[in-house]
Amino acid sequence: MDFFIPAMLTIITAATPLLFAALGEMVTEKSGVLNLGVEGMMVMGAIMGFISVHYSGSVTIAIFTSILAGAFMAAFFALFVLKFHASQVPTGLALTIFGIGLSALLGQGMIGIAYEGIPKISIPLLSSIPVAGTLFFQQDCLVYMSIIMVLAIHYFLNKTRAGLILRAVGDSHDAAHAMGYSVVKIRFMAILFGGAMAGLGGAYLSLAYSPLWVEQMTAGRGWIALALVVFACWRTGRVLFGAYLFGGISILQLHAQALGIGVPSQVMSMLPYLATIIVLVIISRDVSKIKLNAPASLGRPFHPSR
Amino acid sequence: MKDSPYLIELKGMTKVFPGVLANDAVDLKIKPGEIHALLGENGAGKSTLVKMIYGILKPDAGTIFYDGKRVEIESPAHARKLGIAMVFQHFSLFDSLSVVENISLGINQAVDLKKLAGEITEISKRYGLPLDPHRHVYTLSVGERQRIEIIRCLLLQPRLLVMDEPTSVLTPQEVQKLFMTLNRLAEEGLAILYISHKLDEIKSLCHHATILRLGKRIGTVNIDNESTSSLAIMMMGEELERIDKGEKVTAGEVRLRVDNLTMPAIDSTGITLQNINLEVRAGEIVGIAGVAGNGQDELLKALNGEECCQTASSIIIENKPAGKLGPNARRRAGMASVPEKRLGHGAIPDMDLVDNAFMTGFHRMGLLARGLINYSKTRSFAHKVIDDFAVKTSGSRVPASSLSGGNLQKFIIGRELTQAPDILIVSQPTWGVDAGATQTIRHSLRKLADQGAAVLIISQDLDELMEMSDRIGAICGGRLSHFYPTNDMTVEKVGLLMAGVSLDQGEANVA
Amino acid sequence: MWPSLVQRQIPSRLMVYLSPVLALLLSLLAGIVLFIIIGVPPLAALHAFFIEPLSTSYGLAELGVKGTPLILIGVALSLGFKAGVWNIGAEGQLTMGGLCGGAVALYFYGQEGFHILPLMLLAGVLGGVAWAAIVAFLRVRFNANEILTSLMLSYVAGYFLNFMMHGPLKDPEGYNFPESRQFSESALLPLLFDGTRLHIGAIMALIAVVLGWIILSRTLLGYQIKIAGSAPEACEHAGFSNNKIIWITLLMGGGMAGLAGTIEVSGPIGQLLPNISPGYGFTAIIVAYVGRLHPVGALFAGLLLALTYLGGETAQIRLNLPVAVTGVFQGLLLFFLLASDVLIRYRIQFGKPALTMEKN
Repeated sequence: MDFFIPAMLTIITAATPLLFAALGEMVTEKSGVLNLGVEGMMVMGAIMGFISVHYSGSVTIAIFTSILAGAFMAAFFALFVLKFHASQVPTGLALTIFGIGLSALLGQGMIGIAYEGIPKISIPLLSSIPVAGTLFFQQDCLVYMSIIMVLAIHYFLNKTRAGLILRAVGDSHDAAHAMGYSVVKIRFMAILFGGAMAGLGGAYLSLAYSPLWVEQMTAGRGWIALALVVFACWRTGRVLFGAYLFGGISILQLHAQALGIGVPSQVMSMLPYLATIIVLVIISRDVSKIKLNAPASLGRPFHPSR
Repeated sequence: MKDSPYLIELKGMTKVFPGVLANDAVDLKIKPGEIHALLGENGAGKSTLVKMIYGILKPDAGTIFYDGKRVEIESPAHARKLGIAMVFQHFSLFDSLSVVENISLGINQAVDLKKLAGEITEISKRYGLPLDPHRHVYTLSVGERQRIEIIRCLLLQPRLLVMDEPTSVLTPQEVQKLFMTLNRLAEEGLAILYISHKLDEIKSLCHHATILRLGKRIGTVNIDNESTSSLAIMMMGEELERIDKGEKVTAGEVRLRVDNLTMPAIDSTGITLQNINLEVRAGEIVGIAGVAGNGQDELLKALNGEECCQTASSIIIENKPAGKLGPNARRRAGMASVPEKRLGHGAIPDMDLVDNAFMTGFHRMGLLARGLINYSKTRSFAHKVIDDFAVKTSGSRVPASSLSGGNLQKFIIGRELTQAPDILIVSQPTWGVDAGATQTIRHSLRKLADQGAAVLIISQDLDELMEMSDRIGAICGGRLSHFYPTNDMTVEKVGLLMAGVSLDQGEANVA
Repeated sequence: MWPSLVQRQIPSRLMVYLSPVLALLLSLLAGIVLFIIIGVPPLAALHAFFIEPLSTSYGLAELGVKGTPLILIGVALSLGFKAGVWNIGAEGQLTMGGLCGGAVALYFYGQEGFHILPLMLLAGVLGGVAWAAIVAFLRVRFNANEILTSLMLSYVAGYFLNFMMHGPLKDPEGYNFPESRQFSESALLPLLFDGTRLHIGAIMALIAVVLGWIILSRTLLGYQIKIAGSAPEACEHAGFSNNKIIWITLLMGGGMAGLAGTIEVSGPIGQLLPNISPGYGFTAIIVAYVGRLHPVGALFAGLLLALTYLGGETAQIRLNLPVAVTGVFQGLLLFFLLASDVLIRYRIQFGKPALTMEKN
């Protein structure tokens, strides 16, 4: 029992960045756009969040900055893909490469600087519940936000007209265009939202998970988030499940010794990546399921015919 | 402005695109309750005119009067506000959403989905368009999808309904039902603008017709005073010569035989082929009719080798089992095929005509030597196709996507015909192709058959099949009907086959 | 009014060649802005970055040293990307190939013979091929997205190399550093010019360019690659197996990356380390694109990107410019290339086009 609560807490901490990034990418993909730049947007969110909290001391400003950083990077992607009709795959890759490089440059002065991490907020009354109280109601604001986002996104996509329009654009951009909806505007907003969320996810890494700055500290989480969206079959609830599943797997490495697992640390470090591959394979092999759940216009270029 | 008897009046509508004058000072007027045909063959400018009525395109010149008042139609939303509704040829539907969600998206403000579902059910009952609002579109047939489009329009309580080639996706029986619905609506005062090139339908449905040819209005007539030939002459400029089936009575040996072919669908969106039996002899043209989405594409892929069979003997080419052979092995055995989709399947959009010629011709035309491509030979082949089939293009180095629909189809068919195949399977040979190219294609298909090849045509165009084929059958839900000599068949009987009804119960059943 | 983009009737051949040049110019401009923001004299920085490394013969040789792996992998990725097969994990294939080649070198440690080097190179190629084969298998059999699987395997390969360096392959006399023994003479690539580090790997890179060019432009395989990337359904109609093309291009990519990895460890590095590549596998993606997905283009682009590596090092020494600038520059180059590529399919139109005005 002594071990359980700290372990669960670390799972939540590990899952939250993935959750943010995957939720954002899911919304982007629901509109029909595949943004491979999640890793780049996340790492920019991480460095910008860290820099802001270092210079301003305010967590709020740091969160705000990381959202802006992610959205800003995403705006580049949107410009290229929506206005310049560039192909989505290489543009996303360019975003990742650029983001990683830029964050390394910006983070030069931040290496080694310490930060105590964002404070936890206890919800009165509820946090006194044994076990569940500590786990669920004594978290930092970003964890609460991540869960709220799960609910909000689910509601948005399934119960609002705007969400319906977004799903329609992802289903058939030609039909949506023919009906008079601005595919470009809707996708632009979806892409920005994805970037903002990725930035948040990255910020969580440097503000709460570590908390410090290391080059390329996202270590592939952006890519795992992309795989998560496929695993979740583009459904919000499953993204939540997947994020926590992966959070758990990536944490195993930390607790291996406590659990008495005598496997070399590098092998434990491989686990999240291997797990991602396995999960991808399991989901992708059911071609029908993918076809039914994936937004039909995902990744396809949009050329409005006259 | 004086009260005009016309609901809508177009005067001098002109639209120019780079290199083409799509509409040249076209006039059109429609009264409430009138079913008015907009007649013209592919490329005459019907779609362009109608897009201007619906606010998708802005005219370069001309005026529109609606209810006697001059209007500028800014957008489809504006058109809808005026009471103009349009059912397009290509539906704007979202497969993964339900019927009611789809329809709600066509309405410009937020709606209560429950209430909308009720309205949909009511309208569908009233006008004979059965539809369940909660079904997801991907589960619906093409005919049912069209009903969504129609109901969506009717919910707006329109005063003018524009229908663009609505019957290309319907069986003859479904066409009759649609006409009943349209007549009912017209009786209630709805004006209908009916775009088509199918003269028989226009004769039976419409009151007046405006004929377009090459962007110009040739005339406006009262249908009762015209015959299909006179309409055809106005539409084409001359009467289309009917393809002469010739005196060929007995066909030669069986070149292609399909024996009890069953092929499961690749995934849940495909059609499973079941117990396909088919025979095509040298010198004959066999036609397979059918509404889109009944397995035509699957059948083509099973026949040409893109999908291989379980048993080699399911498909016999020139007396040799070919079921397990791939497309190129079947080509070597003498089979050529032309798929329904041109860009992306029959031709590569981004590559030039030389590369496109190589695509299926490299075996039979000997374009490959020890693994290396012989480009000069390939160029000659491409040029031969371009010349022999009058493909209008500025050269062979242009990408296939830059060719017009008719020219591309001429190229693709020409590419296959130049290889002198013994068996040719063509799917939708003249869909969307202009009259001139259509003639060329149909002539060459007949010529190929006369030279001894076995030709199989899969087409949604019943008139085409009735004219061209020696024997005709239909595909429905992945099953093939029996085949009958075309001379013994009528459009109605084929319509039954298309709907999956067997004719063997006795000819007496058919009206 | 803002200028708008209007689709061309036929893609512009001129822009295909002009676009990388335009991209480079824009990147240089952006670089200048970046230098100013950092507070480094821009012209001096440009000089340190692009001119200085090329001013000595040693520098030119270094260009070849850094360019070799970039070109090798870039050629293979060009073919793969052209076929629409996205091998993003070349870095992992490089790692595994280098590991295998290095393992063979260590196996023959202390021995001599002409057989050692070829065996190493072969092992390296096979190592990369095997790593890429996993990706191909998962894609063909299970329809698993190769971008994600190859990337994940990159991370796995990195950890695996790290593991080997801390354990089995560690130099027993190395004071516990995670390094292998230095390779013996027979396991090192012969140099082309004394006094430089340029080795025969450069020749292999040139051969790869020529072979790649022939394959792409004259063979049936090259034709199949072009169709597969352009129109997969047409590819099937032409009787080519999409799956076979996926296998071939992925294995080629893996093989070249593995070769590059082995070349690195038996050339400039001379041993196995936890880190044997400054991201060549990823930079090669940029090489492929800037090279227009053509083997000859990969040659020029590879040299250009090799220059950015050298330039980054030089600028750090001269002006204290952080090495991270190299990464930013490379990313910018790819971005500007993608932007310039627009002009191939579209042209810029100022104001309203004379004839058409339309809604929606």
